[in-house]
Amino acid sequence: MVLQSSLKNCLQLSCILRTPKAGFRNTTSGGLIIQSLSNDVYQNLAVEDWIHDHMNLENRQVLFLWRNSPAVVIGRHQNPWQECNLRLLRQKNIKLARRRSGGGTVYHDLGNINLTFFTTRKKYERMENLKLVVKALKALRPQLDVHVTNRYDILLDRHYKISGTAAKLGRTTAYHHCTLLCNADKFVLSSVLKSPYKGLKSNATPSMPASVKNLFEEDPSLTCEMLLDAIAEEYAIQHQIDHHITLINPADETVLPGINNKTKELQTWEWVYGKTPKFSVSTCFDMVHKDSVLDVKVDMDVKHGRIEVCNIDLPEQWLPPALCSELVKSLTGNKFCPNETTTLATTLLRVCPHDDELQSRWNLLCENLIMLM
Amino acid sequence: VCIHRVRSCSGIRFIKSKYVCVFDKSALKYSHQQRLFRTSAVSCGQIVQFKLSDIGEGITEVTVKEWYIKEGDSVSQFDSICEVQSDKASVTITSRYDGIIRKLHYNLDEIAYVGKPLVDIEIDASKGVAPEEDVVETPPMSHEEHTHQEIKGHKTLATPAVRRLAMENNIKLSEVVGTGKDNRILKEDILNYLAKQTGAILPPSPKGEIIPPLPKPETVPTDPKDKARKIPVPVSRPIVFSGKDKTEPITGFHKAMVKTMSAALKIPHFGYCDEIDLTQLVQLREELKPLAQVRGVKLSFMPFFIKAASLGLLQYPILNASLDESCQNVTYKASHNIGVAMDTEQGLIVPNVKNVQVCSVFEIASELNRLQSLGSAGQLGTNDLTGGTFTLSNIGTIGGTYAKPVILPPEVAIGALGKIQVLPRFNGKGEVFKAQIMNVSWSADHRIIDGATMARFSNLWKSYLENPALMLLDLK
Repeated sequence: MVLQSSLKNCLQLSCILRTPKAGFRNTTSGGLIIQSLSNDVYQNLAVEDWIHDHMNLENRQVLFLWRNSPAVVIGRHQNPWQECNLRLLRQKNIKLARRRSGGGTVYHDLGNINLTFFTTRKKYERMENLKLVVKALKALRPQLDVHVTNRYDILLDRHYKISGTAAKLGRTTAYHHCTLLCNADKFVLSSVLKSPYKGLKSNATPSMPASVKNLFEEDPSLTCEMLLDAIAEEYAIQHQIDHHITLINPADETVLPGINNKTKELQTWEWVYGKTPKFSVSTCFDMVHKDSVLDVKVDMDVKHGRIEVCNIDLPEQWLPPALCSELVKSLTGNKFCPNETTTLATTLLRVCPHDDELQSRWNLLCENLIMLM
Repeated sequence: VCIHRVRSCSGIRFIKSKYVCVFDKSALKYSHQQRLFRTSAVSCGQIVQFKLSDIGEGITEVTVKEWYIKEGDSVSQFDSICEVQSDKASVTITSRYDGIIRKLHYNLDEIAYVGKPLVDIEIDASKGVAPEEDVVETPPMSHEEHTHQEIKGHKTLATPAVRRLAMENNIKLSEVVGTGKDNRILKEDILNYLAKQTGAILPPSPKGEIIPPLPKPETVPTDPKDKARKIPVPVSRPIVFSGKDKTEPITGFHKAMVKTMSAALKIPHFGYCDEIDLTQLVQLREELKPLAQVRGVKLSFMPFFIKAASLGLLQYPILNASLDESCQNVTYKASHNIGVAMDTEQGLIVPNVKNVQVCSVFEIASELNRLQSLGSAGQLGTNDLTGGTFTLSNIGTIGGTYAKPVILPPEVAIGALGKIQVLPRFNGKGEVFKAQIMNVSWSADHRIIDGATMARFSNLWKSYLENPALMLLDLK
């Protein structure tokens, strides 16, 4: 039973969120449960940032409940090219976000719930949080075979992963968040989390693929709302507070001053792609052009999401060498991004004398290069 | 000199462990007196080893994932130093000191150990550390009082400068209300506290007058506030603009623009402008818009402009041509691939509609829709962006009347369309009526196009648009 947000609740929240010192004379001392009104992954991640940066958690911990429309979320130090099928994401209009916590890549949609446990750095304790979740699930459906592993996963029937965990520790505060699969689209999940990009070499944190299952498959009467409620109930009991969920709007600057800047930052290319640890692409592919097959070898070093070093090996004289070296020179320093590469390549074509044959060869080479990104 | 020696010594670790910074937590554990080696000749600061603090959950090692600073950077207390990762947890390590980074102990992706040095920071001698004599004479007790005030498990936060101010004025940090982030005590808080006590705002004591800390916190020494002090008169400060120039390399779209425009400069441009009365066309479009909507296509004015241009190019094919590098040959292109300049988030792109000469207005509109949605999603392919032979730029959607567009090589002509304005004009009977007027500005390559050709083409294009029924006659 998610309570409707009344004006009183919002005011209470804005008081709580703003005053750094405890005005803890009210009933919510000891803990606070909030739920996001938004399904936008960037807005919700921004709320996490905001709470992490601005809230005083000394005497009170916070549980944040949220759900996102289809999005792939990669860990802080991961490589999106290594983790998912970016082409498919673009086609299906699925968002890509990079969170600030560590760990691996996950797929979110409305059939998946996210839980964030905010505490002070000292009280950071992931096992306790996950045990709370399992306790809540068992209270809701005693027959569920769910348990926490020492890798901080929650497994269903000893085999299927239904929850993954990640955490962020700052100077004074920390948060631990985890997913919980209720009724997510497993088909889309497996297709977007499969990377088609070959020849990538990187020190980025890799993800551990796992077999997943929805709780809904185990018990079709379960819904996300029920799970959220059960977990909130258990949290309320353990923190000795009212089972009262405060709804927040992640776009509201009056309650969360500065939140929109945080949301914007999470959407920038520099954050999502630019924060990828240095990696290299080393691959070769065949191009079929008018009954002949050509061998092309490409080597690139990518740092901060930009091409630092670029090398393209083509059969001699297939394209004017001056044009090729111009392409390599232009790509260097540019984003490792299909859109920018297309623009550059098509512009370069303008500035050289050309005919239809050259144009079709050039387009073929560029299309293949773009497939790497 | 001493510090240089320390740095170059390979057995450095053992010597350094004796240099315990006054603000280091471990100072509490050592009850012996602390000595600082310093020379008076060189005024460099003291190098402190900042150790990686406990992460929690019994974790002993982490991987360094990102450095936020490099050697030589200056840091303030609480600035982020690096990001480390351990077992799905990402941790931001912040600095405990103000100073300059002198050494990073790990490279990226190396394993760092809890309790071992992470970075070396040189603390500014003139700021954070009190002169030698004071430190040597002081029993650890009072340092505890002023540096680490553990009250109910709370550590009172204050920068070294603020602590010194409190110390000089014999204020217990625990009694001061902090108004900074995380209840940090700021200089203003100390001054406010003092003001409340004496009824006046006192300036901090000058550096020469440092009072040695007391052996017992309870005893209050001779109060320096007894001396008569003048309240400083506020001086109006000149307005200081602290903005800095920002230089960054040109990449991406801008790089592409630079190349295109540099090539375009080689073309001698001439301009020709005119005014088009679109009153009839506006009416026609209003009628056709819902019909196109039914077929799932958004109909703007561009499809009409594009089709009319193509009809004009049939009569003046030199405008759809290309001049070779050496200006020896002119190639008349058979296809009318008319480019439409699009403004996207990243910059200007020009996809083109292929073979307009065999497309209906509806087909052109449909193709434009496709290009526009791909363009805004940043997903245009190379095929859509190459092969253009003639370009129209609808700058009027943003604003403006006349423009001076730049030809996109290897083309030889371009048209810029201004905004549609409602203006008074005279009709055939000499009456004033409301006309929908749009301005067009053409640019053409004067090496192969002359003024007369451009003018005639423009007139033909204009006549098709002013009287759309005329297009019917010449449609293929």
